[in-house]
Amino acid sequence: MEKYTGKSVLKGIAIGRIYWYRKQEYRVEKVETADSEAEKKRFADALETAKEQLSGLYEETLARVGEDHAMIFDIHKMLLEDGDYLDTVNGVLEEGFNAEYAVETAQNQFAELFASMEDEYMRARAADIRDVSKRVIRILAGIPEDGILADGPVIVAADDLTPSETVKMDKNKILAFVTAKGSSNSHTAILARSMNLPALVSTGISDWEAMDGKIGVVDGFGGEFLVEPEQELLDEMIHRKNQWVADLKALEQLKGKDNVTGDGRRIDVFANIGKVEDADGALEADAGGIGLFRSEFLYLGRDSFPTEEEQFISYKSVLEKMGDKKVVIRTLDIGADKKVDYFHLDEEDNPALGYRAIRICLDRPEIFMTQLRAIFRASAYGRVAIMFPMVVSVSEVKRIKEIVGQVKQDLSAEGHPMGEVELGIMVETPAAALISGDLAKEVDFFSIGTNDLTQYTLAVDRQNQKLEATCDTHHPAILELIRMTVENAHKEGIWAGICGELAADTDLTETFLSMGVDELSVSASSVLKVRKAVRDL
Amino acid sequence: MKEFEFTVKDPVGLHARPAGLLVKEAAKFGSSITVSGNGKSADAKKLIQLMSLGIKQGMTVSCRMEGEDEEAACAAMQEFLEGNL
Repeated sequence: MEKYTGKSVLKGIAIGRIYWYRKQEYRVEKVETADSEAEKKRFADALETAKEQLSGLYEETLARVGEDHAMIFDIHKMLLEDGDYLDTVNGVLEEGFNAEYAVETAQNQFAELFASMEDEYMRARAADIRDVSKRVIRILAGIPEDGILADGPVIVAADDLTPSETVKMDKNKILAFVTAKGSSNSHTAILARSMNLPALVSTGISDWEAMDGKIGVVDGFGGEFLVEPEQELLDEMIHRKNQWVADLKALEQLKGKDNVTGDGRRIDVFANIGKVEDADGALEADAGGIGLFRSEFLYLGRDSFPTEEEQFISYKSVLEKMGDKKVVIRTLDIGADKKVDYFHLDEEDNPALGYRAIRICLDRPEIFMTQLRAIFRASAYGRVAIMFPMVVSVSEVKRIKEIVGQVKQDLSAEGHPMGEVELGIMVETPAAALISGDLAKEVDFFSIGTNDLTQYTLAVDRQNQKLEATCDTHHPAILELIRMTVENAHKEGIWAGICGELAADTDLTETFLSMGVDELSVSASSVLKVRKAVRDL
Repeated sequence: MKEFEFTVKDPVGLHARPAGLLVKEAAKFGSSITVSGNGKSADAKKLIQLMSLGIKQGMTVSCRMEGEDEEAACAAMQEFLEGNL
């Protein structure tokens, strides 16, 4: 048996096969070849293999879910048979370049053609061209497909995982995460928590290959990762895992109950979500609403901006799922730390203090307005509130309200139905907390983002592993900023909630209640835990 | 040469699925088949060209067949477009 230690992200236990997630950063090189006939042969062979794969996918999907879903693979296959596409590839091969480069050239040319079309549906077809071209390039270069290739659910093991990698993964195939790097506040950690999966970060493991496919145990209570434990220990861990599952079941009993203390004080407990499907988890956990719907998933893991229509469909489906429960959507919160190439953001020495979130939105209103239009159009289908991240001044809020006004005017002129929409801000900078008295006059609610508020107040980078001890989330300065923000909100008759990680910290539940916090928004997996803490008071 | 006009009734227009089926239908004939609309023309046997016409609901497209089996091709294309778009 091998034993590793790391930082635990969620107190839970997972047992299963280890799957080593290999990075797929393949860059196509442009190489001149002496033998263009040989390259043509390579391309022709790869093309055949790709078409066989696509036929297989078509048949499989047809048998399992029907023609409508299978058709896409048939279309992909036809794209590979398209005369113009093949002419472009063959043209580059004729010039004496390698097959990978030839396919990439055709991919770029035709993806560009679709991307420039007026029709949103057709613009989205650029993704099909890229998808199918990448399939051929992967075959040429002999690299396996992206994603988790294991059949059953596995413990995903990797050096580090980017947000775009984790969003793309199929949740049903993941038992737990184990990474070599990352802190307990990293994106992987936050994601694991939202998915209620045990995760161990910062393990320092380098020899993934040796453990790939073996049985592993992630012990989130002890912060340990066991590879091929002896039978006796394995049995013990299985017993403890069953115990953990039983405890979770006990929390289930709290479903449908109020979040009210013994002496009658009440608080809303909402859920944070990062994807449309997460709304199911929030409902499953009996959350009173969505207190933070991170909209970044729409922007990450893709090559171009999401269209208004795509966004509208996503927001609308969450609102429809949630019925009459409130959904607070946070507008785009992206900066140089989240890699989205098509934003063309410059490298920054200090992205946390840089060009990000509302700063980008106010500087590039076309991006902002597309998102706002989608949200306001979706507002006809449920109870929506919008909050804006990284606000530091009243003038920003005034500018935001002007843009919102414009968007509403345009939409109503176009005849779109809209519902009532509350506008709020994230209080996540010390500046916003300190001027919360003035800001409260401009908005309908505050949501305190404790993750950023902590890092900006304590001048501690939350991704820096060496500073975890300094990153004291219970620091009196932070609690004081929260207290004054809530007080200032109530003076103006607006509500104030907390949506950062701290909201789920049950050591502070009493403190938050005594400050008069109106709402706590936590990961779906913590909703019942927080309800229990409230009811135990 | 044979030619006919057709107005698209499908709400999504000439999207991937009917375009794919149209290519398959057109490929059965030796004649050259050209679809024109939205100010552009496309070879009906080439999927990317067809899709990039950007034909939407309500637009009128013209379909032109030229070759030895143009009669049969015309009848088949007419039937296909009526049935699928």
